[in-house]
Amino acid sequence: MMEGLLAAEASWLNFGIFFLLAVVLLFVVLGFVTYAILAERKVMGFMQLRYGPNQVGGRFGLLQTVADVLKLLIKEDTIPKLADRPLFILAPVIAFTPAFMVLAVIPFTDKFYFADIGVGLLYYIAISGLTTIGIVTGGWASNNKYALMGGMRAAAQMISYEIPLVMSVIGIILLTGSLNLNDIVEAQKNGWFIIWQPIAFIVFLIAAVAELNRVPFDLPEAESELVAGFHVEYSGFRWAFFMLAEYVYMFAMASLITVIFLGGWLPLPFLGFIPGAVWFALKFTVVIFILIWFRVTFPRIRADQLMEFGWKVLLPVALANIFLTAILKELLNIF
Amino acid sequence: MDLWNVYQNNYLIVIVFLCLGILLPIIALFLGRLLRPYKPADSKYTTYESGIEPFHDSRVQFTVRYYIFALMFVIFDVETVFLYPWAVVYEKLGIFALIEMLIFVFMLVIGLIYAWKKKVLKWN
Repeated sequence: MMEGLLAAEASWLNFGIFFLLAVVLLFVVLGFVTYAILAERKVMGFMQLRYGPNQVGGRFGLLQTVADVLKLLIKEDTIPKLADRPLFILAPVIAFTPAFMVLAVIPFTDKFYFADIGVGLLYYIAISGLTTIGIVTGGWASNNKYALMGGMRAAAQMISYEIPLVMSVIGIILLTGSLNLNDIVEAQKNGWFIIWQPIAFIVFLIAAVAELNRVPFDLPEAESELVAGFHVEYSGFRWAFFMLAEYVYMFAMASLITVIFLGGWLPLPFLGFIPGAVWFALKFTVVIFILIWFRVTFPRIRADQLMEFGWKVLLPVALANIFLTAILKELLNIF
Repeated sequence: MDLWNVYQNNYLIVIVFLCLGILLPIIALFLGRLLRPYKPADSKYTTYESGIEPFHDSRVQFTVRYYIFALMFVIFDVETVFLYPWAVVYEKLGIFALIEMLIFVFMLVIGLIYAWKKKVLKWN
C-alpha cells in the first residue's frame, strides 16, 4: 500500500492520507506508552516480590496509567515567576517533537513502513540528538539550581554516549553498504547482525540505555540527589510531555534495535509461516523487557564512572570494531 | 519522474511527522487549559529550593569540564560525519580507503590519548 502511495504524485491528497496514517501511528504509540508504563511497574513488582498496580481497572490495574494521565491533565499549571517564560513553554515541545519524528523512518514490516528515505539511519541519529537541546532548555529556563544541574548533566551524558552509539552502527553500514533501514533488514537474510556484529550490539545497547536516561544511567533525574533534575519546576501536562518523550524514545529505540540487530520482521529458520508483524512485535517486546530488567537489576552509577566509561571504554571499543569489521571484510574479499 | 515522486513523498512524510509532533503538545496543552483550575497565589510561583527562600540567580558560572566535553563531542561527531559516507561506499573503494581512514582516525585517537593523559576525561 505504502509503495503505491509513495509512487503517486505528491499532492495535498497525499499529504492528507499521510497525515491520517501518522495520526493512527501516534495513537498506537500513545497506547504503547500507556501500557509500557503499566508493564514496567508490573514487571518491576514481579521482580521485587510485590504486586504492582492492582486497584484501578481490575486485578491487573489496566486503567492505572489512564487515571494518572487524567490526573495530570486537570492539574494546575504553574510557571515560576523567575523562569524564562517563552523558553519554559517551548522546552517540552522541543524535547517531544524529535521523539515522534524519528518514528517516520522505522520499517515495521516489509509492507508497513512510512518514509523509506535513503539516509534513514543517519536521519534517526541526527534527529534524536535534538532532544538534548530541549532538556538543556528546560533546565536553563526553570532558573532553578537543581534543574540547571540536571540539565547540564543530561547534556554531558547524552553527548558523551552519542559518540559510541553513532560509531557502533558503522560496522553495520560497512556490511550493508546502505543507510536505508529497509536495506539493512534485507541484508540480514543470512544471519542477524547481532551474530555478525556482537561487539557493536553490546556497545549500542549500553549507549542506547544511556541515551534514554534510564537506570543505571539516570543521573540527569536522580531523585535522591537532584530532586528530579531538569524538570523540577514542571508540573501537569508540561511535565507529562517530558515523560512522554522518554517513553516514545523507548519505543523508537527498541524498534531501531529490532531493525538493525535482530533482523526486523525476518523470521527464524523454519518458522517462516508466522507473519512478519508478529516477529517484529515479539523481538520488540523482548528488547523492552530487557530494558525494564536493567532498571530493576542495576544500581545507578556515579557521575565520574559514567563519563569515564563512555570515553575510555565504549569509544575505543566502538572505533576498534569499525576497523575490525573493515579488515575482516577485506580479508574475506581476498580469499 | 517516478523516483522524483518517491523522493518528494518520503520527505512529505517527514514533514507530516514534524507537524504532528508540534501539534500534539499544542492541542493537549490547550485542552488542559480548559480543564485545569487556575487559582494563583504568590507562593505558588516561587522557585523550589528544598523549602528555603531561593537566593541568588541560579545561572551561575559552571565548571569548565562541561565545555571541554562539548569540544570533544564536536571533534568526534565531525569524525563520524566522515566515517558514514566512507562506510557506505567502502565496498567500491577497497583497501586504499581503509588505510586512509586508519591514518585519519589514528590522528584523532592521538588527540583522545592526549586528553586522557592530561586528565581531561576525569570527572570530579
